[in-house]
Amino acid sequence: MTDVAIAAPVAGRSFWGDAWARLKSNKAAMVSLFYLALMALVCVVGPNLVPHNYTTIYADYVRTPPSLSAYPKADMIESALRDAVKRMRVDIDEWHQDGDRVFVTVQGSKPVDERSTRYLDRSDTFHDTRIENKSDDGLKLTMSASVKQQYFLFGTDNTGRDLLSRTLMAGRVSLAIGLLAGIVAVAIGVIYGATAGFIGGKTDEVMMRIVDVLYSLPFIFFVIMLVVFFGRNFVLMFLAVGAVLWLDMARIVRGQALSLRRQEYVQAAEALGVTRGGILVRHIVPNLLGVVVIYMTLLVPQVIILESFLSFLGLGVQEPMTSWGVLISTGAKNIGTANWLLLFPAFFLVTTLFALNFVGDGLRDALDPKDR
Amino acid sequence: MLLYVFRRLLTAIPTLFVIVTLAFFLIRVAPGGPFNQERGLSPVIKANLEAQFGLNDPLWQQYLNYLNNLLHGNFGPSYNMPDFTVGELFAKGLPISIQLGTSALILALILGSTLGVIAALNQNRRADYSVIALAAAGSTIPTFVIAPIIQLVFGLSWKLLPIGGWGDGALINKVGPVLTLALPQIAIIARLMRGSMIESMRSHHIRTARALGLSEWSVVVKHALRGAVLPIISYAGPTAAALLTGSVIVETIFAIPGVGRYFVEAALNRDYTLVMGTVVMIAIFTILFNLIVDVLYAFVDPRVRYD
Repeated sequence: MTDVAIAAPVAGRSFWGDAWARLKSNKAAMVSLFYLALMALVCVVGPNLVPHNYTTIYADYVRTPPSLSAYPKADMIESALRDAVKRMRVDIDEWHQDGDRVFVTVQGSKPVDERSTRYLDRSDTFHDTRIENKSDDGLKLTMSASVKQQYFLFGTDNTGRDLLSRTLMAGRVSLAIGLLAGIVAVAIGVIYGATAGFIGGKTDEVMMRIVDVLYSLPFIFFVIMLVVFFGRNFVLMFLAVGAVLWLDMARIVRGQALSLRRQEYVQAAEALGVTRGGILVRHIVPNLLGVVVIYMTLLVPQVIILESFLSFLGLGVQEPMTSWGVLISTGAKNIGTANWLLLFPAFFLVTTLFALNFVGDGLRDALDPKDR
Repeated sequence: MLLYVFRRLLTAIPTLFVIVTLAFFLIRVAPGGPFNQERGLSPVIKANLEAQFGLNDPLWQQYLNYLNNLLHGNFGPSYNMPDFTVGELFAKGLPISIQLGTSALILALILGSTLGVIAALNQNRRADYSVIALAAAGSTIPTFVIAPIIQLVFGLSWKLLPIGGWGDGALINKVGPVLTLALPQIAIIARLMRGSMIESMRSHHIRTARALGLSEWSVVVKHALRGAVLPIISYAGPTAAALLTGSVIVETIFAIPGVGRYFVEAALNRDYTLVMGTVVMIAIFTILFNLIVDVLYAFVDPRVRYD
């Protein structure tokens, strides 16, 4: 008799542990997952870290191109100065720059009011204005102001708002809508589909016919009707979007529920006298979860596209709130004069969609290896 | 076969009826009306307008009127473009949308299936991976990003194409819109074709054909392709209907006077007749193309018989 080495029992891996291991070996999915996490972090925290508020209007910086160096550029100082002095209703006598301070001497036909320094302070280019010198008759006034250094890494939009903070804020909105509407759609779909699949018979028949009818209506019509009913409301937007996209989920879950019910292990559990709730919790839900997770990750990019599409048409998120769709829409209208308005938001949207799709594909491969 | 087509057309009538009824009441339930504009009409004028279009009649009567008109091929007047009837608007816009849609569809079918076949025949090689990458890009990037990028690159930077406009149907004006419409479809069709071609190349009749010593060309084109093309046909049906009835995005961005814009505009303005007309138009196209798909199926796949 030969000795048979008895190996120690192999520690089994759970379904989810197995899936995670498979997902980890998928490079594209892992990179995408990391990218998404980064994008979410940047969009959630970013708007608070960027020095500009997403609604602040800088009248001196309308449609400023993106730049890594600080504004104002040399030639912008003079025009900003002339603008401010014009508002004082006096003339520039002489001006020069010394370090980061600008010295300007103005002359008026009447004595110059000392309070006119506030015109310089009010401009987006200068701050900390001081009176340096005043002529005896009061007709000449010398002021100095320091130049405000500002960064517009992504440039500014048509009304002079910082595009970086707007893009990040838009990302916050788009991602939030994507996630929330995705959850709404999945919740409706799972409950509806599972109910139809479990109850079966006539109820199933009627419930699925309703889904068929909703399917046959033109998709845009449905969305627009929902927007019309709910109004252009930011909170209701994701409800409307979610309410449109649940149909696929309902069909998938119903099919799964129907086929699961006929599985031998479910029948065995039934024969053993396990309660309906017990079967549901032990067998059906865990088996459905994979499909739901896969579908959810593929649904989020769909929702983001749909939201952007609606915002593009002017039906979605309203100003001054913003989303990637709103920004791309503005960008598309200004490609001739300010292409950065299109390029930055489009880059953010497209890369996010790519990452979401890669993660979705990766999850499908990880959770459902038969389907490869 | 003719009998089958006839039967299908007959069953289309109740479908159409349900869609018309649903759409009619849905749009009527929505708050607002065609003459509640922001500018505000004087109440007398508004009342007169509503009386003229019969909007004060009970809803069921309006519904029956609409159905009656529809049966006579009359889509009714447009409320927001009072110089035109809905029929006239379609007569002007539909040929434009159909032209663009057909060109895009043909382009997508030819390019998409070619790319798909190339990928399938070179499975897991470089050509395959580039097609997969292209398909992923094409189906991920939304139209409203593709369209302005095309304008930016080809129109503004390289000055090869006009930025927008119809230009009385000049060929150069169609390139941008057709490309935008076709790109996502090329991606999807290439992906579909790749999958079904790989499957088809693995099937028994291909092995038999090879065993019989047929040339590779004959194996691929005559035998494998015929089986692989079925999913493309069923995908092409609804896609054709969607493409030919115009796209809001493409027509808005490229300033094309097609019918794609009407749906959104009309629904927002509560231009009831125009909304209904668009719904009916899209429904008819969808039903028609689904029928064409089923008939084509029978021609391509001899196992499918409609008797």
